[in-house]
Amino acid sequence: MKALVLERNLPRFAASRVASILGSGRGAGIGPLQLLDADAPDRPSDDWYPLRPLLSGICGSDLATLDGRTSRYFEDMVSFPFVPGHEVVGILDDGGVDHAGRPLEPGTRAVIEPVLGCAPRHIHPLCAQCGAGHTGRCGNLASGALSPGLQTGFCTDTGGGWSTAPLIAHASQLHAVPDALSDQDAVMIEPTACAVHAVLSAGVTSGDVVAVIGAGTLGLTTIAALHSVIRPTAPCTVIVGAKHARQRELATTLGADHVVPPDQLSRTVRRQAGSLVLGGRLTEGADVVFDCVGSAASLTEALSLLRPRGRVVLVGMPGKVTVDLAPLWHRELTLVGAYAYGSEASPAPDSPDRRSFELAIDLVGTAGLGRLVSALYPLERYEEALAHAGAAGRRGAVKVAFDLRNPKGRTR
Amino acid sequence: MSPRPGFVLDVDQSTPPTLFWHGERFTLEKLPEGSRVIYAPEPMEALSDPQAAIRHALTHPEGDQEPLPSLLFAGMRLTIAFDDISLPLPPMERPDIRQMVIEQVLDMAAEAGVDDVELIVALALHRRMTEPELRHAVGDRVYDAFAPNGLLTQHDAEDPDNLIYLGQTDHGEDVEINKRAAESDLLIYVNINLVAMDGGHKSVATGLASYKSLRHHHNPATMRKSKSFMDQHKSELHTANWRMGRLIRDSGVKVFQIETTLNTDTFPDGFKFLQKREWEWKAKDRLAYLGASKALDRVPARYARQIFHSVKAPHRMTSVQAGEVEAVHAITTANVWEQQGVIVEGQTDILTMGLPYISPYNVNSILNPILVACLGLGYFFNLYRNKPLVREGGVLIMTHPTPWEFNPVHHPSYIDFFEQVLGETTDANVMSEQYEEGFATDPWYIHLYRTGHAYHGVHPFYMWYWCAHALEHLGAVIIVGGDPKAVHRLGFRAASTLADALEMASDVVGPSPTLTHLHTPPILMADVQ
Repeated sequence: MKALVLERNLPRFAASRVASILGSGRGAGIGPLQLLDADAPDRPSDDWYPLRPLLSGICGSDLATLDGRTSRYFEDMVSFPFVPGHEVVGILDDGGVDHAGRPLEPGTRAVIEPVLGCAPRHIHPLCAQCGAGHTGRCGNLASGALSPGLQTGFCTDTGGGWSTAPLIAHASQLHAVPDALSDQDAVMIEPTACAVHAVLSAGVTSGDVVAVIGAGTLGLTTIAALHSVIRPTAPCTVIVGAKHARQRELATTLGADHVVPPDQLSRTVRRQAGSLVLGGRLTEGADVVFDCVGSAASLTEALSLLRPRGRVVLVGMPGKVTVDLAPLWHRELTLVGAYAYGSEASPAPDSPDRRSFELAIDLVGTAGLGRLVSALYPLERYEEALAHAGAAGRRGAVKVAFDLRNPKGRTR
Repeated sequence: MSPRPGFVLDVDQSTPPTLFWHGERFTLEKLPEGSRVIYAPEPMEALSDPQAAIRHALTHPEGDQEPLPSLLFAGMRLTIAFDDISLPLPPMERPDIRQMVIEQVLDMAAEAGVDDVELIVALALHRRMTEPELRHAVGDRVYDAFAPNGLLTQHDAEDPDNLIYLGQTDHGEDVEINKRAAESDLLIYVNINLVAMDGGHKSVATGLASYKSLRHHHNPATMRKSKSFMDQHKSELHTANWRMGRLIRDSGVKVFQIETTLNTDTFPDGFKFLQKREWEWKAKDRLAYLGASKALDRVPARYARQIFHSVKAPHRMTSVQAGEVEAVHAITTANVWEQQGVIVEGQTDILTMGLPYISPYNVNSILNPILVACLGLGYFFNLYRNKPLVREGGVLIMTHPTPWEFNPVHHPSYIDFFEQVLGETTDANVMSEQYEEGFATDPWYIHLYRTGHAYHGVHPFYMWYWCAHALEHLGAVIIVGGDPKAVHRLGFRAASTLADALEMASDVVGPSPTLTHLHTPPILMADVQ
């Protein structure tokens, strides 16, 4: 069995960073990632189960790590060497138990909720955040029974999805995949859960004008989540700035009201919000902006699109950026992050809280988000796969994933 | 020697290539044998003493109207409204007709002891004119006497304090016009009637109206029923304006209409070849063509645009008539047709036209793609009486670079219309129902219209509606040499050469089609038999 292993090798990180100037993911062949023989990691206890990956997605955060662009903020939240891959659908060959304590038969397909909070680390009592179900906010990411690692796919003890060898998953991480979902649908559950968490964090209310910057995986799943999770109780106008034609097409089919090239986003928001313009900036604007890119430019734009007291939700993972915060101060804007997932209060009255993952499983099925998986690669062709993922938008793709099911592999 | 009338040339082997405008440039195209080329009549003799003619018109009014001096009295409230920058095209050499007429009116008012006089530019929903443009139109003397004192204003169709609601026509059309104009003892309207569409009741009922009023006739249904705009009796646009004009009159607004016509002397020395028939070009004309073509090819489009927009036309006045609106307009229309009319036998399968750099809505500005469509389909297509030049289901081929380019000061709502509305639909009915009101009431567009130099937010819709009759009539529209992206956004087909366009057209009209080229400007109007 093989796995892509990422080692702490500074010269290789440096080489990868230089190569990434030519394009994200272009340094895979000379970077810190290597294809090695691998076995399933040892299970720390009986409540961990081997999960044999079927498909595992390539996330923007994975590419940022490989490109050496990740913020140093995360340095103490990873442990080397590790096998990347936190967007995983796999098979529980030996069965298991899910997050709610329900038994799972051998051969059950499952996805993992990759955050490694208190429960997987056997930390008791749980911290206040984990106790409330907000596992994404857990601060115990470097203690307990596991090596440091904010998620599976960044921790040396758990393995990761970019492997034909099983990773190990704690019961609290496991969600069975309904039979109706394809493997492609299932591999989209994790990013969709991030989007669900983001839209439920945003405080969107009825009649709001909502802008989405970026229409990659996170942007498109955010649009789908706005449409299916938010709109039933808070009808809102969704405006999307999408760079590429395929992205615009998908954004429209997923429920956006107005899909425009990025240079038209400000004008479209202005018109929808009925705003005036002062010094090139809107006097009114969107109620909420989802920044699904996470760059200095996108954050600057997000701040410029908001009405006074509006809210930017950072969905895309930012790094160290330089942004003029004068409008944030002057217009009393709110800048919030939306990381990972947790327990979500339902927007519908009298409905129980549900895990972001449970909502995402529903959404992936109803919105058919498996269609966002544009290409599958065998592990051996990881250099091509990462280069493709790094240029996904330009090449008309959205999600690129490793296909661990078939040793010969295929692309489409 | 009297000027030669318009002419329809049958193209044969010996016919030299025909000049096609292409925005700020022009090309020579060899048309297929058997094609026809329609040339405008040569410029009519101008009035030898325009000042005397104006004086005569003011003192010998048409219809049931007293001479102007007897309508003027001390203590009265007098308002003089006049056409804006959209007329004439190109802007005329000084002195502008408006200046000549207004100066005489003011002299008569002064003699009568009238001291409450205001001048209003009849903008409708057009952009406000700049000071140099106003000075050019009314002259420095009038400008300096009125503008600094706030007595030369530009009609504001969004100023609720200066609009007055006069009622509804028997067709349910709201009539709301400029309050100062309506409440004056006398409203004098000074027209430059470049084409037969201009003037009549349209002057006040459109030029001084609000959006609430204008929307009753500037809509897809009315535009489709206007066949053509140049034929008042077959134009629903005019019929609606006439209803409104009569309501204005019956409400007690006293209008003294002054209309003027121009000859077709459109281009100054150096560019005269543009209004000549190619087989009559002399060496001087050929040299001028070559020099201009080569020079324009070498300069960036924006400089070429500047060069052309600095051109002032040597138009001369051929008639002036004043008095009661309808009586005056009947004479004006006849005079316009006398200068511009060309009898054409039968329709054609393919109509070609070269679009120049200018339309009524981009003086000193960019002919953006929406204005390209409007100039070709709204204006040139409608330069007919009886029947369109091109048969139903025929093809219109226009040459223009059609750049995806807009003047953000003059046409801010056009940008959004092009990007957002045309991105969704080219159907005038759909855009009217789904988008028009949002643009018309957008506070930012209203702000720019009222305080800057922007066309009203709804204006690009009107430009598209202006094309409605042609779009319904034609089988295809092809733009030669245009930016393909912009052309496709308009819903038209793009061709790189005229030959390609003719090939594409044959898919619609079949092999061996008839072809007619509209050789304009200078402006001509086809009387299609």
